[in-house]
Amino acid sequence: MSVTTSTGKEKGLKSFFMNRERKDYVNPYLAGALLGLVMFTSFFFTGNGLGASGGLNRIIVFLEDIIVPEHVDRTPYLINLAGGDLAPLDSWIVFVTVGVLLGGFVSGWRNGRFKFEVGKGPRVSKRTRLLFAFIGGAFMGYGARFARGCTSGQALSGGATLSVGSWALMFAIFGGAYGLAYFVRRLWT
Amino acid sequence: MAPFPILLNSIIGKFGAYLVYLLIGFAFGFVLEIAGFGNSKKLAAQFYFTEMTVLKVMFTAIIVGMVLIYGASALGLLDVNLIWINPTYLWPGIVGGLIMGVGFIVGGFCPGTSIVAAATAKIDGIFFLLGAFFGIFLFGETVELFDVFWNSAYMGRFTLDQWLGIPTGWVVLGVVFMALFMFWGSEQLERIFGGRELNREPKMRFIGAGALVGLALVVLAIGQPTVAERWESIAAEKEAELETRSAQLQPGEVLHIMHDHKLKLVILDVRPEAEYNLFHLADAIHIPLDKINTIVSDLQLEPPNTVFLLTSNDEAGATEAWKVLTAQSVPNAYILEGGINEWLRLFACDDTRIKATGGEVPDDTLAFTFEAALGAAYHCAEPDPNQYELEYEERLELELKRGPTGGGCG
Repeated sequence: MSVTTSTGKEKGLKSFFMNRERKDYVNPYLAGALLGLVMFTSFFFTGNGLGASGGLNRIIVFLEDIIVPEHVDRTPYLINLAGGDLAPLDSWIVFVTVGVLLGGFVSGWRNGRFKFEVGKGPRVSKRTRLLFAFIGGAFMGYGARFARGCTSGQALSGGATLSVGSWALMFAIFGGAYGLAYFVRRLWT
Repeated sequence: MAPFPILLNSIIGKFGAYLVYLLIGFAFGFVLEIAGFGNSKKLAAQFYFTEMTVLKVMFTAIIVGMVLIYGASALGLLDVNLIWINPTYLWPGIVGGLIMGVGFIVGGFCPGTSIVAAATAKIDGIFFLLGAFFGIFLFGETVELFDVFWNSAYMGRFTLDQWLGIPTGWVVLGVVFMALFMFWGSEQLERIFGGRELNREPKMRFIGAGALVGLALVVLAIGQPTVAERWESIAAEKEAELETRSAQLQPGEVLHIMHDHKLKLVILDVRPEAEYNLFHLADAIHIPLDKINTIVSDLQLEPPNTVFLLTSNDEAGATEAWKVLTAQSVPNAYILEGGINEWLRLFACDDTRIKATGGEVPDDTLAFTFEAALGAAYHCAEPDPNQYELEYEERLELELKRGPTGGGCG
């Protein structure tokens, strides 16, 4: 009996989160204008722009600091974030990152796009796609720290504030992706 | 002075500020999701010209944000000197960008969008996010191997208008036109490669484009506040600080600050180079008065416990420089009371190589002669604090003008 109730409950939860009618995405120009407004609001009130990879960085360093604190205290790059009694999660960017997770979830759920699925091109297996997603993520994570910020922290926020380095980096991102697109077309087309 | 940005921490406390950041992040994630950025196919389509959503969303956000930021600055609402502008490390940025480009086309996301994808149960997003964690971890472990390159090509806070040497308004207008041209090109590509019918696109986008050009023209017409205008807006309050001498530090206090390890003292010497070469305080940086405005953006990047001390022969030159720094929202700028002359009167009496010229000297001229141009090699450039017991009024009051920053680099 208890088993059936719990599955019934799970189904109820599942349909609550997943079986909503899937709505269309909004027009890209409108979404972009809203994104610009969010970014401006952030700069206007806090002096900081948007960001994502900085928060992920701090989460990783936080875990490293729990597992191997001596190693963190010996590595110059990590000392700045978590050396001694520094708390890597005690930073505004971590809260922005958690907010992104929540905001993405609420929008996906309300608009019927919260669904377990694999986004991929028609010619590639799910397993290959997931492998490449991991590899791509590793490149992205590495590059984002190399460039001191990702598409959000550098390209968007630095772009809007006219930072020379951010504009150079933005063109490098598009350049790198377009340069390789032909060779990995099987993944997407 | 422009009322924004505000110091959230001092108004609503640290956790209140974090709540604001959580809300900003929430809005950011929400907008990324409704734009379709949680969907890797939509993102990757950008690079096969079938759907240019990435470019449209990104550049619309950039030009809307830019026009509003520089518009608010033109109206005197927002102090651009106090917002975080990513410092430029040109070549590391370009290399990092190329690596990110590879990650983008191979993995189908960027960090922010993968968080949104993972939050909406896209399994490829979760794998990408795990990969990103791994890449970030790997970077932290390997950056030591190339840290010279990683810290190279540093240009500080360097914006397009400074690079091009033209007023900010023209850059704002130019970027808007460039983005609109790219949107037009994107739509043509979508028509050719994606088979999209352009006449079914909403006409509103032309109105939006017109509005952005209009706003950019307004930004251009008003112009960004100059140093003189910025000083005008605070002159009444700040002249009073000069009057009551709360902006001048006495030599005794400076000597104390020099040896206070919790403070970072940056001494800026605004005299002519010849005088600087004759004698200056230990570690003083030479910056002529007419160039002081060019280093403001570097000073803005110093940590919040930095004290900037301006020195000239008496106080006249240093006061002029102080006005520039204060107008440009550089926190904790002070003038050396009595200038270098007073400093030498106090600390150089037992040095036979330094002699007073005697009699009255004209304003802001050196009242001493030196045996040789030894700069800071005279021991009175950094007197031993234990040798002197000087009474002074404590006037240093550290002021925070901006909250913790660091951009997305966090």
